[in-house]
Amino acid sequence: MGTQFWVVQAFNGVSYGALLFLVGAGLSLIFGVMRIVNLSHGSYFLLGGYVALSVIGTTGSWLLSIPIATLTIAVVGLIMERLFLRPEGHAKLVRDALIALGIALVIRLAIGPILPQLLPGQIGGIIQVTLVVIALSIPIFLLLQRISAVAIEADVLRQVLMTVGFAFLFQQAALDIWGGNNFDIQPPSTLTQSLVIGGTYLPLYRLFMIVGALVIGIVLWLAMEKTRMGAAVRATVDDAQMARGVGIDTNKISMLIFALGAGMAALGGVIGGAFLGVYPGLDFEMLPIAFAVVIIGGMGSLGGAAIGALLVGLADNFGKALFPELAYFTLYAPMVLILAIKPTGLFGRD
Amino acid sequence: MTSASRKLQLILMGTAVAVGLGLSAPAGAEELRIGYLAPLTGGLAQTGIDMRDGFLLYLEQNGNKLGGMDVKLIIEDEQGKGDVAVTKAKKLVLQDKVHILIGGVLASTGYALAPVSTELKTMYIPSIPAADDLTQRQLKNFPYLIRTSWSSSQPHHPLGQWACDQGYKKIVTIAADYAFGYEVVGGFQKAFEDCGGKIIQKIWPPLGAKDFGPFIPTIKADTDAVVSLMVGPMPAQFIKQMRGAGFKKPILGGGTSYDEFVLPFMGDEAIGDVSALHYSAALDTPKNIAFVKAYRTKFNKVPSYYSENNYTTAQWLDEALKKAGGKWPGPEELIKLMVGIKLDAVRGPVSFDDMRNPIQNIYIKKVEKKKMFGYEKDELWNTVIKTYPNVSQFWTYGKDKFLAQPVYDKNFPPCKFCE
Amino acid sequence: MGTQKFKIAAVIVSLLVLLIIVPYCNSFVVLLATRALVFAILAMSLDILLGFTGLASMGQAAYFGVGAYLTAILANDYGFGLKWDFWLMIPIGVAVGGVLAAFFGLFAIRATGTYFLMITLALGQCVWGLAYRWNSMTGGDNGITMKGGRPQFGIDLSNDINFFYLTFGFFAATLLALYILVRSPFGKSLLGIRERELRMRILGYNVWLHKYVAFIIAGAFGGLSGVLWAHANGIVTPETVVLTTSVDALLMTVLGGAGTLVGGAIGSAIVFGLREYVSTLVPWWQYVLGGVYVLTILYLPTGLMGIPGRVKQWRNSQKKRETTKMASAPS
Repeated sequence: MGTQFWVVQAFNGVSYGALLFLVGAGLSLIFGVMRIVNLSHGSYFLLGGYVALSVIGTTGSWLLSIPIATLTIAVVGLIMERLFLRPEGHAKLVRDALIALGIALVIRLAIGPILPQLLPGQIGGIIQVTLVVIALSIPIFLLLQRISAVAIEADVLRQVLMTVGFAFLFQQAALDIWGGNNFDIQPPSTLTQSLVIGGTYLPLYRLFMIVGALVIGIVLWLAMEKTRMGAAVRATVDDAQMARGVGIDTNKISMLIFALGAGMAALGGVIGGAFLGVYPGLDFEMLPIAFAVVIIGGMGSLGGAAIGALLVGLADNFGKALFPELAYFTLYAPMVLILAIKPTGLFGRD
Repeated sequence: MTSASRKLQLILMGTAVAVGLGLSAPAGAEELRIGYLAPLTGGLAQTGIDMRDGFLLYLEQNGNKLGGMDVKLIIEDEQGKGDVAVTKAKKLVLQDKVHILIGGVLASTGYALAPVSTELKTMYIPSIPAADDLTQRQLKNFPYLIRTSWSSSQPHHPLGQWACDQGYKKIVTIAADYAFGYEVVGGFQKAFEDCGGKIIQKIWPPLGAKDFGPFIPTIKADTDAVVSLMVGPMPAQFIKQMRGAGFKKPILGGGTSYDEFVLPFMGDEAIGDVSALHYSAALDTPKNIAFVKAYRTKFNKVPSYYSENNYTTAQWLDEALKKAGGKWPGPEELIKLMVGIKLDAVRGPVSFDDMRNPIQNIYIKKVEKKKMFGYEKDELWNTVIKTYPNVSQFWTYGKDKFLAQPVYDKNFPPCKFCE
Repeated sequence: MGTQKFKIAAVIVSLLVLLIIVPYCNSFVVLLATRALVFAILAMSLDILLGFTGLASMGQAAYFGVGAYLTAILANDYGFGLKWDFWLMIPIGVAVGGVLAAFFGLFAIRATGTYFLMITLALGQCVWGLAYRWNSMTGGDNGITMKGGRPQFGIDLSNDINFFYLTFGFFAATLLALYILVRSPFGKSLLGIRERELRMRILGYNVWLHKYVAFIIAGAFGGLSGVLWAHANGIVTPETVVLTTSVDALLMTVLGGAGTLVGGAIGSAIVFGLREYVSTLVPWWQYVLGGVYVLTILYLPTGLMGIPGRVKQWRNSQKKRETTKMASAPS
């Protein structure tokens, strides 16, 4: 194993780390601002890839798919945050109404076979289904209204379980919408070339991932450090109550950060789609790795996420190359050690 | 009412419901009940759907009858998990009283279901699980098992021979690190080295790896070609990254590295790569053309070997049940009948060896981009470049000699020429 | 009659009903009930941490998995645990779960809240990583199929009904043991830690040690459920120790009602019923499962066992409202 081996391995590890940064940074920020452990973060990654595939399929443009997928999933994240994680005022009504409709639909599907069709024709059928669902949903809505009492902000465990539930829902929805094939995103051919330096091949796409993550990281860092908004975010991470006290709209901040985090995960999904593929199960594969990044770096810290991503990328790469039998162990064991020494991660604060 | 008695009431009600559901087992008489196990959710969902669709297509083309018997097909989602498959299989046999169990994808599921078939004395057809030993060293434990698909090493002995015939002397293998990968690579290595070739390195990335960054740089430079065995989402990324890393030599693959399940989603990098399997959708026979067209029209997808194997399973059952006179003959008798049938299947002529695994053509296939069967677009197809006719799971070694060696494993055959 | 006594009576009666009815159901129900009971043991072990100590562990599948893998490896490679020595396998499984928890606890117990969640997740993933990749030991992705079948020692456990009785026995014993534990002074101080950790610290309790012991006990019962799981399925795969198994156990506990022990059993029955029964009825069962997660969190904060309490609370508040209305009406 000469120098070339080590150079190429390090390069590969760094480029994988760059991808992990996109996923981890969002997760880390969401935790920092909202104290939410979001287990549907892997789903955003996967959904981003799927949306990009649809965009590429219809417009043929890879470049266009990046902003569209990012924005779409940011909106999905936003809706989830507004309706389910931090519902305020009318949002609760909307949430209960949505859930009531969902339950009514499931009940209708379940009792469908034994229900006689009263209205004739296909349109009649659709009207009947709609009426039945609405009729069913009204009492359910009223009941849910009565019993939805509790805010889940304070309880980590309940947030975890709720977001896991969403991960399952997203998984099934993705399967129903896009099917279960092993898709692959094809980037433009200029990016599939390789740079040859002294006989060492450096795939351009990996360079692109590194540069992309660097640019996004720097932009985020500047936004955090140099803008008023960034200052408000940092203040919220440090102490949300205090931030509210000095007049920062933490509600708006949490909304913004959740959308940003979801969008970044989706961006990672698009970029990673050309590198890992897009297929069912990718969501729960990425999730623990994203957590490894965040846990090692420390939750709520952008710089921590960057270091964490780099470390995990390198540990994963060298672990697989040098100790293939222990591949995943070499990924998670350092995580345990770091946590045992410093429970808040390398750069985390309490 | 106190809270506790309310609870009790709820519990009793729940139990009553469970009992009611459990006892409502149907007990038809003149129908053939088939329990079909395929993953319909999770990572293997599409594989399961391909399998199911292949089976359904045959049923639909034949008026939902097999050998004159009305078919009641009960499909269960085994979720790609061995333990779930076992539970569902028991449910199918004990509650739905199915005559035959078909399906499973993973080798582990095959190994988990086979003992269930023995225990419940129910016929089991592993229509995809390819683990060698199911129809080799462990067959004696599974009297109700008959395999209509293939054994993992079966297509890869001929591939080894073919690679040797091309004049490759040294080859590096890179394969998913699990039993299926061992059996594929083992079969290839055995035939290739018996012919005078040398496997100079074996690389084992974990199952499910998509980033081959750690492995590609370790490939020895003096190799003549690389043989890969990838599954699921791995193949497309492997080829892309190999070529991206500047690897210019030939790449060969085990069956699942290029089968029609993954091929439509691969890039042009795959063109020219060679693999071996017992089916290719590009097989230029009237039977296959009709099958591809019917399947594609109905499901909007090129059939994969998962589809074909299950279509053929239905066909085989159809013929056997015809011989049985349209009546359920019992598992032993039906297996006996099936073993006696030489079938003209979509994939070519198939028959059983005396260990209930098919003897069939193995196709060496090259990925080409072209138009086929009148479809308009240029697509990737697995063009057959050589056919090894009537290949058995024992290749040219003979049953006894073959079974005397251990099952192919990570370290068997040993890598004599590594380092 | 005191409510507590009544509750106990209700639990005993419903258990007896279960014990009597299930064997007469068809075999699939027996199988499901057995699997649900095994998971009920796991969920109850988790409840010791979650409901009684206030520690949300995302790695409970680790002990479950270690128990299951050890059972399968010993049975396949050494033929151990398939005859009367099955009764040795039980304490071995308990011990290995406990020892692993004792080791993991050294890392985990220092952390609290989210960080405890995270570190147990990491520990669970370590075990999964080994199960998935340590092919020579665990069979990798293929897992281990138990070749020797279930134990036989006069009683033939390969009979599903016999095995159900056995599992039921272990379930009942676990329930009893854990019930005694949480009613003991030790259990009371655990509750104290859950409610007000600082206060307990000031009162001079060794909080770390209490948590550590609870962690080990939970691990030990996790190991026990693993031993039973291996025999219930006849196959052990990395799916046994995957992250979602831990999360499932958490859901079961919360769905039934954390801090009630039997809640875990009810949750387990419901989750299994949903997953196995609904998936045979409809292909979109994952929506139902995902929905149960979301609905439980939003509308059942105290779990199913908490419903009577909430109803009572609601009635009281209604009464209060009425009385205030009446009181305010004349003016």
